[in-house]
Amino acid sequence: MNEIVPRNVKHKDNRRLGISVLSLLPLYIFTLLFVAGPLVYMFILSFMQRAEVWGVVNEFTLKNYAGIAEPIYLKTFLESFKLAIISTLSIILIGYPFGYFMAKLSAVWRKRMMLLLMIPFWISSLIRLYGWIIIFRANGVLDKVLMGIGITDAPLKLLYTYPAVVVGMVYSLLPFMIFSVYASAEKLDWSIIEAARDLGATRWKAFLTITLKLTLPGLLSGVVLTFIPSMGLFFIADIMGGNKVVLVGNVIQEQLMKAHNWPFAAALSVVLMILTSLMILLYRKITHVKDLEGLV
Amino acid sequence: MKNRTKLPNIFLGVVTVVFYLPILLVILYSFNESRISSVWEGFSLKWYAELFRDKALLEALMNSIVLAVLSSLAAAVIGTLGSVGMTRVKLRTNGLIEYISTLPIMIPEIILGIVFLTFFSLISLPFGMTTLLIAHTAFCIPYVFILVKARLAGMDKSLIEAARDLGASEFRAFLDITLPLIFPAIASGMLLSFAMSLDDVVISIFVTGVNTNTLPLKIYTQLKTGVTPKMNALCTLMFIVTFLLGVLSVYIGKNPNSNHQKEERL
Repeated sequence: MNEIVPRNVKHKDNRRLGISVLSLLPLYIFTLLFVAGPLVYMFILSFMQRAEVWGVVNEFTLKNYAGIAEPIYLKTFLESFKLAIISTLSIILIGYPFGYFMAKLSAVWRKRMMLLLMIPFWISSLIRLYGWIIIFRANGVLDKVLMGIGITDAPLKLLYTYPAVVVGMVYSLLPFMIFSVYASAEKLDWSIIEAARDLGATRWKAFLTITLKLTLPGLLSGVVLTFIPSMGLFFIADIMGGNKVVLVGNVIQEQLMKAHNWPFAAALSVVLMILTSLMILLYRKITHVKDLEGLV
Repeated sequence: MKNRTKLPNIFLGVVTVVFYLPILLVILYSFNESRISSVWEGFSLKWYAELFRDKALLEALMNSIVLAVLSSLAAAVIGTLGSVGMTRVKLRTNGLIEYISTLPIMIPEIILGIVFLTFFSLISLPFGMTTLLIAHTAFCIPYVFILVKARLAGMDKSLIEAARDLGASEFRAFLDITLPLIFPAIASGMLLSFAMSLDDVVISIFVTGVNTNTLPLKIYTQLKTGVTPKMNALCTLMFIVTFLLGVLSVYIGKNPNSNHQKEERL
């Protein structure tokens, strides 16, 4: 008897383990086949050569990466960086105080604001951008209002300009910054700030030495979540900027769909991915936080 | 002192209004009689009527709905099973698989697009619904997985132990205890997946076939070439649907024991 019981239990344990392993299978298979596999292939592709007419040749080359260093593409990278920096700075200017003030609201209002912010987030980004087209286009809502109150006397024609692209970026990515900063600020122990103020720190000093330091993970997480996408969101540059603003994302899309130079598009993507990873690594180094604050 | 508390609230209010302005304008102009959207010529529903006569647009809408339903369902099954499985079997590879499986929502969308485009043509999978489904499932899984994982972490394990002690089989305990407890997370993850799939442009552009159109792709082409007031009507309808789905997902996803702010943040 004594011998049978443990054996029985063991048998049952094995079977139980079998069922659980089985439940892991779909995720493992899907992830390896359709996420890891394609990513590895893109990496390999970036070292392959483009065929004369169509497709790729299985020959190792570094030409694609060298191509990125060419002035036109280097300029695109720099342009993208510039736009990303301008967008991110604007997003910080609006998003940081927003997330911070939101965390100071009462619990009921915090919930309401959260819902209010999330609703536009669910709606198609295209639809939201379309609203801005209505506002910005020549003789559109903004022109009508400005001319109506006499600030300008001719249409500004803001659509298809650089500022329009920046507005599109800021508008599309702002929620990420707000959510990240809010997640950090919400955890803030306000009594520490009060203590600092009681001990004679000025409002400004208390903010710089305590608040900013404690909400830094949220702020930086917001930077990562807005800076990287703003280099790849080619459709915003397309819709709001016409053909005037060209981003890395636009080049990747063009190389892929029009020029059919896949290895080069792959190389551009690898570089963009490396930049993304570096930013996340840097974020972890500075804040010692593993996951991005407020990401999900 | 009063001014100090008021200023932040004014700031919050102004930003929120600007946030909603474009959406409200789209809705407003969808009822505009005039063809030119900057002139108001009175209330009309004619663009809605015209919308429902546009066969190509309705077909794209149908494609989008089918795609969103299928990919959120697939993501729910794969994500839930994976998340539950990982709490039971501690394999050394779990962390790595979890990391890779959440990559699709971490890396820029455009990279995911090119990754799928090149891979599908490597394995010569014909571009169309199948490729769209695989790609959409890939970026939907993380939402379900992360939500269910958070829910499982907050679950009282003694409940399962009690059920097992009382003689319930492993499977039975899962069906009767775990599943009802994590169901809100699954449902909310699915709704979110549905909304994300319905909204996707960037990835779809790369993996769609010549003859398959989804609604966002159709909107994108129209925004680039020239907008008709029909677009306003369509956008308004989509706004209403996404709005309802979103509100629903928040209410379903709400944890009665609170403490799960992570879920609300989605």
